[in-house]
Amino acid sequence: MNKAKIMSQLKTPAELEEFRKGILLKRDPNKPCITLCSGSACHATGSGEVAVSIEEELEKQGLSAEVDIRRTGCHGFCERGPIIVIYPEEICYLQITPEDVPEIVSQTIKEKKVIDRLLCTDPSVSEKIIHESEIPFYKHQERLVFGSNGSIDPKSIDDYLAIGGYSALSKSLSEMSAEQVIEEVKKSNLRGRGGGGFPAGSKWEGSRNAPEEIKYVIVNADEGDPGAYMDRALLEGNPHAILEGLTIGAYAIGAHEGYIYVRQEYPLAVENVNIAIMKAEEYGLLGKNILDSGFDFKVIVHQGAGAFVCGESTALMTALEGRVGEPRPKYVRSNIKGLWERPSVLNNVETWANVPLIINKGAEWFAQIGTEGSKGTKIFSLVGKINNTGLVEVPMGMTLHDIIYKIGGGIPGGKKFKAVQTGGPSGGCLPEEHLGLQVGFDELTKAGSMMGSGGMIILDEDTCMVDVARYFIAFLTDESCGKCVPCREGLRQMLKILTNITEGKGKEGDIELLEVLSETAMEASLCALGKSAPNPFLSTLRYFRDEYEAHIKEKRCPALYCKELVAYYIDPGKCKACGICAKKCPAEAIDGAKKMIHIIDQEKCTKCGTCFEVCPTKFGALTKISGEPVPPPVPEEERIIIRKSKKK
Amino acid sequence: MEIDKIDRIIDKHQSESSSLIQILLDIQSENHWLPKEALERVGEKLQVPSSRIQHIATFYKAFSLVPKGRHEVHICVGTACHVRGATQVLDIVQDLTGIKPGETDLDLKFSLETVNCLGCCALGPVMEIDGKTHGKMAPAKTAEVLKNYE
Repeated sequence: MNKAKIMSQLKTPAELEEFRKGILLKRDPNKPCITLCSGSACHATGSGEVAVSIEEELEKQGLSAEVDIRRTGCHGFCERGPIIVIYPEEICYLQITPEDVPEIVSQTIKEKKVIDRLLCTDPSVSEKIIHESEIPFYKHQERLVFGSNGSIDPKSIDDYLAIGGYSALSKSLSEMSAEQVIEEVKKSNLRGRGGGGFPAGSKWEGSRNAPEEIKYVIVNADEGDPGAYMDRALLEGNPHAILEGLTIGAYAIGAHEGYIYVRQEYPLAVENVNIAIMKAEEYGLLGKNILDSGFDFKVIVHQGAGAFVCGESTALMTALEGRVGEPRPKYVRSNIKGLWERPSVLNNVETWANVPLIINKGAEWFAQIGTEGSKGTKIFSLVGKINNTGLVEVPMGMTLHDIIYKIGGGIPGGKKFKAVQTGGPSGGCLPEEHLGLQVGFDELTKAGSMMGSGGMIILDEDTCMVDVARYFIAFLTDESCGKCVPCREGLRQMLKILTNITEGKGKEGDIELLEVLSETAMEASLCALGKSAPNPFLSTLRYFRDEYEAHIKEKRCPALYCKELVAYYIDPGKCKACGICAKKCPAEAIDGAKKMIHIIDQEKCTKCGTCFEVCPTKFGALTKISGEPVPPPVPEEERIIIRKSKKK
Repeated sequence: MEIDKIDRIIDKHQSESSSLIQILLDIQSENHWLPKEALERVGEKLQVPSSRIQHIATFYKAFSLVPKGRHEVHICVGTACHVRGATQVLDIVQDLTGIKPGETDLDLKFSLETVNCLGCCALGPVMEIDGKTHGKMAPAKTAEVLKNYE
């Protein structure tokens, strides 16, 4: 870490450049540096302990002064965390435990030897992979926004300056007029990454031209989609990029106050962004007369108290005002009348993080990446039934197939792909025949789903599509603010019907009734939550109607998922009477003894699935049955297992 | 919760009524729930009617109007965890503790909540107890983990 104290604030663009040069001069690119992913996911797998043992081990081996340690934000490859990358060689080790550390220090740091067993293996590559950038998960990505996460300590502003940070702000303030900044963003055709896909430049222009004196810029970091965490990773891992983008936006529209609305469930993001603001103020990159431009700007962090609907722009602004976050009608757009009735530009975290790139590299450069209607890259949260869970950034226009198989490594356990769910609770499910689809705002909408904020949940053959629809409608019923009747009451009724279907109580006409309720909610709700709430149902019905019909007509769950429609059964031919299932069964529903085939008492069984989990795979005696009666138990006299004698 | 503690939080936010949510969040994080006296004090100091405070305290998920148990169990029911079997994990926790999400048992041992995505999707299904993450949960494993809490 750079120890140089900043004596006075950076007053001019020239001083900023001078200071940056100073930082770079002090840094020796050949000095070994261990970077350790300390994002929330790696933290959960123990990167905190690894960090402590690295420090201790370096101390012990007398290397503390010769090796830098950098605790970075999320690298994205959460499946194999904790991740460390050792520079300058870029040696990448995965799934590190504190026990591995002494060897890493003595072998790799001291002797420059690569430790084979800690390297990445991938089924698509025959040899072990040494460098992070060659791992298939990373190789096929284009990490323009997210890539810096791996090389900076989010708590250090000097790290951000060392990679060229705040040069876009300096350029905007000293070389460009506000109109020119807006023109550049408009030309880049940057569209909102939060879900709406509204062109950012037009939004900004509207606010700039609004007559009011006081205006605001806001970062929407109320990432509520269950299963999506890219905004959190950006805010945790590279908060200055968002601050820089926000400040440029404020300059462009003429705002002097900005807000960051972030979920209180993201404590590390809140901490890092607060540190970033403090540091930027200290350096003079926020505050009065930034870099001698005459432009003043301050940023305030506001924590969200947990309400999905607050991700909606008008609800978020109401929450910022200290009230209950209910959306309001948008007769006048919030960029004209928003927070406290004043022009307010609200963009998502990722949108703001794209702005410095556009200013630095130009709109033409940005616009050449992507498709006709969707420019640049998009970060997706690739999760669910996928081998490489993680955050991936790809150019718009990459096919779903490439994302899932080339980057994601396909479906685990040899299971069959069933669908990909995109766009969060308001999005939809796309089946296998759509895997050739190129990701983009318009492309996904056309196929019946949507981009949303970038959640991408992979579903396999074990996932019940009716249950997926029920799950999202349940989520939205819970999160509906209750203002509009079609959303509040309609969703509740939809949930009731869908729950009935998954419990085997579905009846003829249910599907049609659900369709009517969907139409009403879409037509008559005020905000996007209600308007798009039926999407999970409509898209699953469109592509998986047969599953709905199997549940209703045959009382069968084809995916063997819905508890009420499934029975657990021990195959008498496979049971070896090991007794594990009977021992673990919390309902004491399994009858058996030594050398006796075990039987589940269907009356007592609570269908918790414990027996299915613990039955040794080599036996595989536990099966699930749906849509047909459970075979009668084997007669007592046939339950004795005669083990084959080992002697022949 | 002592009055001066509450006052200190209110003062930190300059007694502004637009900071109401932030003040309640601070009280919640310090005290783990919002006692009636605390809400009354906030209303008095900020000159905000208690109807508005109640509206906010019941609308947002972060707030609890009842005391919490010694151990806070959070079951992630985000989409990724859901498709990997979070429902089974939730069921077994409900069976073993006898409480439903949002409830606390009579011995004040466990409080159970469901949460929407903890951002550790690679570890799903995830259960978090007192801030410690337990990943790749399954029914039998969940029962083992719960046994360790007194």
